[in-house]
Amino acid sequence: MLKRAVRDIWRFYRDGFRSMTLGKTLWALILIKLFILFFVLKLFFFPSFLGGKSDAEKGRYVGTELVGRGIHH
Amino acid sequence: MLESIDTSMIDWSRAQFALTAMYHWLFVPLTLGLAVIMGLMETLYVVTGNEFWKRTVKFWMKLFGINFAVGVATGLILEFQFGTNWSNYSWFVGDIFGAPLAIEGIVAFFMEATFIAVMFFGWDKVSKKFHLASTWLTGLGATFSAWWILVANSWMQYPVGMTFNPETVRNEMTSFAAVAFSPVAVMKFIHTVLSCWMVGAVFVIGVSAWYLLRKREKEFSLASMKVAAAIGLFATLVTAGSGDQSGVQVARLQPMKLAAMEGLYDGGHSQPLTLIGDIKVPKMLSVLATHSLDGYVPGINNILQGGYELPDGGVALSTVEKMHRGQQAIAALADFRQAKQEQDTVAMAHARQTLDENMPYFGYGYVKEPNDIVPSVGLMFWSFRVMVGLGMYFMAFFALILFLSWKHQLSKVDWLYPIAVASIPLAYIASQAGWIVAEVGRQPWAIQDMLPVNAAISKLEAGSVQTTFFIFLILFTVLLIAEIGILLRAVKQGPGEH
Repeated sequence: MLKRAVRDIWRFYRDGFRSMTLGKTLWALILIKLFILFFVLKLFFFPSFLGGKSDAEKGRYVGTELVGRGIHH
Repeated sequence: MLESIDTSMIDWSRAQFALTAMYHWLFVPLTLGLAVIMGLMETLYVVTGNEFWKRTVKFWMKLFGINFAVGVATGLILEFQFGTNWSNYSWFVGDIFGAPLAIEGIVAFFMEATFIAVMFFGWDKVSKKFHLASTWLTGLGATFSAWWILVANSWMQYPVGMTFNPETVRNEMTSFAAVAFSPVAVMKFIHTVLSCWMVGAVFVIGVSAWYLLRKREKEFSLASMKVAAAIGLFATLVTAGSGDQSGVQVARLQPMKLAAMEGLYDGGHSQPLTLIGDIKVPKMLSVLATHSLDGYVPGINNILQGGYELPDGGVALSTVEKMHRGQQAIAALADFRQAKQEQDTVAMAHARQTLDENMPYFGYGYVKEPNDIVPSVGLMFWSFRVMVGLGMYFMAFFALILFLSWKHQLSKVDWLYPIAVASIPLAYIASQAGWIVAEVGRQPWAIQDMLPVNAAISKLEAGSVQTTFFIFLILFTVLLIAEIGILLRAVKQGPGEH
């Protein structure tokens, strides 16, 4: 019963995607967009300030930043 | 230390975020607006059994699909930028901002991904009623999605339901309900979503009018215009009503935003509303801001100087006093961290008490000069008037189309069709102007009174942000041209070819 339901859902999506015409152009657009945004930019331009740090290290880093940037008289 | 943050990098990061948000907002209103129009049209199909409505809804669904596909994931870029450009902010608010965004992601993924597939692939494969439910649930999923995004945004305008923990340097949620159902979030949701329905309605009327200009698809166009105008008029009235309530909230919670919107430097009781130039409506600003003829509305100078009575009966502090208290809060945070390192629990408790007392003004500790808390008055003044002016125009526009439709005259007013087509970009301009008012108006705050942009920003190189700004600009422009091209091709094909 469950197997049949899963197969029917799979066929539903498969047939739906196969019948797309304009959808293929749109999928290409989406994939190109995602590639540029999340791979190229991340790779070449932005350092990850908090990436790879534990929560305690993140807290220490941001705490130091927030205290350091305050106006001191 | 503050001097080491390049101010041009802050401006470029803000510009990059604004560009991405404005681009994203080209797609959202049409998605939400078309969803409700499609739902209503398909309901007419299921109720009447008339195949005409099926053909009609399938055409608008096709345009919905193009808009949805090109727009999908553009919102993710904003979340991406929180981590790269605004990492201090992301950590500072993480627990609170993360919860609504996580719910948004899950709801958006499961509801939209499931039901949008049934909506597009399920014609003649599932029952009429199940398909209808899927169409409505696709729209509902997108609307739920908008709810959580607007909850997160509202928290930045009116931070509630949290407490700052100096040990983790984070705000931690104390009441999910206070965050999720804050009065600002509720009103912002109604105002924003209903204004999206308005954009969808103008789009449907504009495209239909284009067919009538070309003497094509007459029955389809007239029926589509009637449905869209009914939804549009309802949406415009609710948008105006919720805008009125939002005005009262802004006057109470973000008075500087209201003063900038009005270009009001010296306020007082019984303030007039400036329409344009010297044309003023007596006492109207007081009525809109306080729902009272003689209500007090502070101007920019009043807010900077303080000393006036607040709606809760207290006395407004001057900006200089707030800056002093903000500096005390930051110094207390530094003392707390030092005491913690030395394991001095008495000093920790003392610093914690000072911090808690001054935390509402924490962000003022990063303000150099009092005038730095004044947003761009010119941009605010005109954006607000563009938004309201176009809103009033659309109210008349929808009412006229409904009236002509009721009198069976809609097919005979050739002069109206070019106006309807030209109104499509105006709807987008009104929608964007609304966000400019909301977001530029809270500058310099990333979180109202708690964290200004110069503290929220990551320590990036201005050149990197500048380069990526232009990459985004080029990419977004190309994608927008592609979307408009695909949309126009689909419109030219028309429902007859579907």
